[in-house]
Amino acid sequence: MSVNQATVRRIAHLARIKVSDAEVPHLQSELNAILAFVEELSSVNVEGVQPMTSVQPMPMKKREDNVTDGGIPDAIVANAPASDDHYFIVPKVVE
Amino acid sequence: MNNSMASLTELSLAAARDGLRKKKFSAVELAQAHIAAIEKARALNAFIVETPEKALAMARQSDTRIIAGEAGPLEGIPLGIKDLYCTEGVPTTAASRILEGFVPPYESSVTANLWRDGAVMLGKLNLDEFAMGSSNETSYFGPVISPWRRRGSASPIVPGGSSGGSAAAVAARLCYGATASDTGGSIRQPAAFTGTVGIKPTYGRCSRWGMVAFASSLDQAGPIARSVRDAAIMLRSMAGHDPKDTTSVDLPVPDFEAVVEHGVKGLKIGIPKEYRRDGMPAEIENLWAQGIAWMKDAGAAVVDISLPHTRYALPAYYIVAPAEASSNLARYDGVRYGLRVPGKDIVDMYENTRAAGFGKEVRRRILIGTYVLSAGYYDAYYVRAQKIRTLIKQDFEAAFADGIDAILTPATPSSAFGLGEKGSADPVEMYLNDIFTVTVNMAGLPGIAVPAGLSSDGLPLGLQVIGRAFDEETLFSVGYVIEQSAPPIPPPDNWWP
Repeated sequence: MSVNQATVRRIAHLARIKVSDAEVPHLQSELNAILAFVEELSSVNVEGVQPMTSVQPMPMKKREDNVTDGGIPDAIVANAPASDDHYFIVPKVVE
Repeated sequence: MNNSMASLTELSLAAARDGLRKKKFSAVELAQAHIAAIEKARALNAFIVETPEKALAMARQSDTRIIAGEAGPLEGIPLGIKDLYCTEGVPTTAASRILEGFVPPYESSVTANLWRDGAVMLGKLNLDEFAMGSSNETSYFGPVISPWRRRGSASPIVPGGSSGGSAAAVAARLCYGATASDTGGSIRQPAAFTGTVGIKPTYGRCSRWGMVAFASSLDQAGPIARSVRDAAIMLRSMAGHDPKDTTSVDLPVPDFEAVVEHGVKGLKIGIPKEYRRDGMPAEIENLWAQGIAWMKDAGAAVVDISLPHTRYALPAYYIVAPAEASSNLARYDGVRYGLRVPGKDIVDMYENTRAAGFGKEVRRRILIGTYVLSAGYYDAYYVRAQKIRTLIKQDFEAAFADGIDAILTPATPSSAFGLGEKGSADPVEMYLNDIFTVTVNMAGLPGIAVPAGLSSDGLPLGLQVIGRAFDEETLFSVGYVIEQSAPPIPPPDNWWP
């Protein structure tokens, strides 16, 4: 399988990464090189094989449904590019 | 730097630990010697952040504990920390512009374990951006230069990646050991390129909490050090169950150092025929044959085995790893931490921020990952790759069920290459570096790289040993036999001060 330029633009938008028109042909050829590299996987017989979902065979650990952390809003927003009164500030979302 | 200080940095981690306990020197003296060495080695670009004041403060506390008879297992030992581990109050970047200026308000579990045991932090080590790379050339802060050079040449060599800063710093005597991380070979390949020892433990042995995520089902923390014993000492402190990481395994951590000299007598060492690739350089072939001979000489039985799905591991990795990366790296949106580039609305802000913040290799992998997870392609790519992962794991399980104790392979398909030599035209050329290491991540097994010789142009070469899940002890025993059998590999010539 390979991607065309429209697909490159679509997945870049899905990934929320702006790409300029000038970058698209180059990205297309890089992505197609990788897709060509993984193409041989389509020849493997995977009939009846379970996909790996847990690297080590172990039951998912669960913790008790208790509050174990919190009360640290200063630390939470300390690295934010823009914050006010313990809120993250973003461009207007709702018109 | 005076001679006695220089000689302190030449010690092994084990010798430094023992000398501290016998009060032959102080932790502050060790810290000072390494701080001086780091200042003179900036040409290597191994550190993103140096923390000399913190190192001296921690060393003073270590000296107090040593005098009080309360020394921890790593008391007073200066270490470097890959800048993928969050360190409280110390900038953590993952070598990405998108995290420039991020100062974690918390400490990763692995580094917290090291400080609990008395270790001293020298600084944060350079790496490929988000640990995506095999040469340390994708770092936003510039490439790391290996302390090694080809014989008779002054042209710069890559230290490997992604833990290139860790490997270069350990090889150049800037620290006794360093934390590293391995998603497809990022501990073992740079260790092999720099004549150091690197172990990727079993998936689940070390906590991933507070380690910047790349591919969560593949990432595993581990050490790089200058000997098998030193790596064993470090891993014991790094490992352990952590309630904050549900994939960390609740098993006791063995005293790895205690088994280092156990030998290989009676062990069955498997040699997988699928690792004998067309076009393998003769010196890699010879190194492997030499390793087989060392195993036999030390009393192990060497058995040919087959791991039939080996060739599919790297292509499957380049679906699974980018898919998980595209999901993990969705968090970098310019809202909660790191870089923000304004836009005309919130989506435009996201797109501008991520375009400016991610480098080319990271962007490539996010796009591939987004594609293989997108509607209509998920089953054809991602689910198929996870099924192939099951087949790869079953290959190993069958070999171990047949009584194989460990598997011996080359660590890398070649010695280190020059800066800018690979991957500029075709990204896959760089990916092929991980051909022998990536199978281990796909199966969640432990693997160790141990220096075993030098290439014809004088660069280090390593062998890899792969073991059963949670049997790192056998890897240390086999690795020690390689280390003892191999011709001594002198440290790289000091050209950088």
